[in-house]
Amino acid sequence: MLRFSRPEAETLVIALQGNWRERWDYPSLAAFRRQLEESPPPRRVVFDCSGLTGWNSVLIAFLMDIIDCGQRQGIAVEREGLPPGMAALLRLAHATPERAGARREQARPPALVRLGQAVYDLGQGAAEALSFIGEATAACGRLLRGRARFRRRELLVIIQECGIQALPIVSLISILVGLILAFVGAIQLSMFGAQIYIANLVGIGIFRQMGAVMTGVIMAGRTGAAFAAQLGTMQTTEEIDALKTLGIPPMDCLVLPRMIALFLMMPLLCLYADFMGVLGGFIVGVAMLDLNFLEYYHQTVGAIRLNDLWVGLFMSAVFGVLIAAIGCLRGLQCERSAAAVGKATTSAVVTAIVAIVVVTAAITVLCNILGI
Amino acid sequence: MENDAHIVVDNLTMAYGDFVLQRDLTFAVRRGEIFVIMGGSGCGKSTLLKHLIGLRRPARGTISFNGRDYWQAEERDRERITRTFGVLYQGGALWSSLTLAENVALPLEEYTELTAPRIRKLAALKLALVGLKGFEDYYPAQISGGMAKRAGLARAMALDPEILFFDEPSAGLDPISSRLLDDLLLQLRDSLGATIVVVTHELASIFAIADNAVFLDAAAKTMIALGNPKTLLAEATNPVVRNFLTRGGSMPPGGPTPPSGAGDGKHHKTI
Repeated sequence: MLRFSRPEAETLVIALQGNWRERWDYPSLAAFRRQLEESPPPRRVVFDCSGLTGWNSVLIAFLMDIIDCGQRQGIAVEREGLPPGMAALLRLAHATPERAGARREQARPPALVRLGQAVYDLGQGAAEALSFIGEATAACGRLLRGRARFRRRELLVIIQECGIQALPIVSLISILVGLILAFVGAIQLSMFGAQIYIANLVGIGIFRQMGAVMTGVIMAGRTGAAFAAQLGTMQTTEEIDALKTLGIPPMDCLVLPRMIALFLMMPLLCLYADFMGVLGGFIVGVAMLDLNFLEYYHQTVGAIRLNDLWVGLFMSAVFGVLIAAIGCLRGLQCERSAAAVGKATTSAVVTAIVAIVVVTAAITVLCNILGI
Repeated sequence: MENDAHIVVDNLTMAYGDFVLQRDLTFAVRRGEIFVIMGGSGCGKSTLLKHLIGLRRPARGTISFNGRDYWQAEERDRERITRTFGVLYQGGALWSSLTLAENVALPLEEYTELTAPRIRKLAALKLALVGLKGFEDYYPAQISGGMAKRAGLARAMALDPEILFFDEPSAGLDPISSRLLDDLLLQLRDSLGATIVVVTHELASIFAIADNAVFLDAAAKTMIALGNPKTLLAEATNPVVRNFLTRGGSMPPGGPTPPSGAGDGKHHKTI
């Protein structure tokens, strides 16, 4: 409770009463302001805390408001009546002066400045990516000369993580993609009574494009994100600095094994995904469209050329290098905070998926020109 | 109200699975005192703190606050007890995506009905109390380790806790900053009237702030001393405790002054 009284003409007594300990509502300053405007205006404010049984920091903040408000109007606010603990906290709150220059300018820079900054950042990002590619190439050179330093065991662990352990999810997605392709095709082809060509559609589609692309997307979300998060966290805990000061380039012992692992595993996963995808199409064809088992098999084998397989495998190897490189790059670029690790991971996945789509388009056009 | 027990630990055993870290811990923390949990590295100090703040469940024994057994209480009561705690974690543990003011404001937004400008005002007050006036809009990554720790303290104090827990408040601070933090702690205890529990092995700090202390020993797997550190230094007969409190004999038993800056609390041999 808050009570005002004027025992003397020039003195305003603020009586604080009751238990403020559990009160988290903030009293209003308006009543105090009204008191100041009464005539004759008070010259000093004193506190009477004889009825106060408990207090918390809301009361402290309120008292600071009263003191500030009084000071602005040239009225002396005397703190003698306050309990010693409250007086001490008020002293403490006023004790440390604000450090000069600590307060930030909140103003947003003008649009032109922001545009310039964005372009500059873009250039900076491109330069970083280029230097990363350069360093990675140099590391590959060291690897070929047998001079790269990384632990064989770590490579095997990464291979296991991004190879065998990815099989269940790759199986699921590939079979479903095969099913979907077959269904979409079935509706159109059955209008011409050409259901058997579903085998061609699924076989070529999966082997040439979808197997590689879907595996790439899965691995970007699964493994690329993991790389970025892992390296980003290592950056925040200074583990990467520790490697650098030991003279071990992070490019050799962190990035290289990850790129090698994905480069080796992606084609294998892709091959596996190809067969799973064709199996998906086969299920639809045989079980739902009543195509003959052997007929479907021969149709598929006849439709797929060896070149389709090679194109798919080549793309998947490229995706492997891209996913690993982008994941590692984002991880190494990470700033040192939890939020930055999240940002790095998101960016790794988004960049990798964009790269996969762009590369797929480029290779498709290239194959068309070369007639493969 | 002065001498009643605020926290009572009775016959507590702490274990990770089958591995017993400490057993038979029995002590009481009185209201309004600064209680220090000390001991060498790896003796279970921080684990004891985790038990006290309810992050880990005791393997055996009880921990009570104001006479209420924490783990026997219902979920809702337990939450209510936990809300009277303020914890300062070792590295500050500030949420890195929030500014300092937002860090302090989060518990206030969660548990009070105050309007945003008033929460902001309270957050600024808490930051001013720990000497960070004007740093409201900084992100944790933009300030130094000592400042992060003080900001963590401001956040721990956001809801005016009855008990403040500190995990190694002086770890990673220079002797001056660590001394200032000790002074701040004493001032806050005197003005807020809160009970304060500190985990530390910093000798200078132990002698400066502690009203009472418990000494955990890794070898004996239990507490081997309980009392005011200055009294312990003068009277303790246990060689491990003596060794610890005199930095392995490098400090005269007459007293810890002048404070020796950063003792790392390991059992050093005399150089």
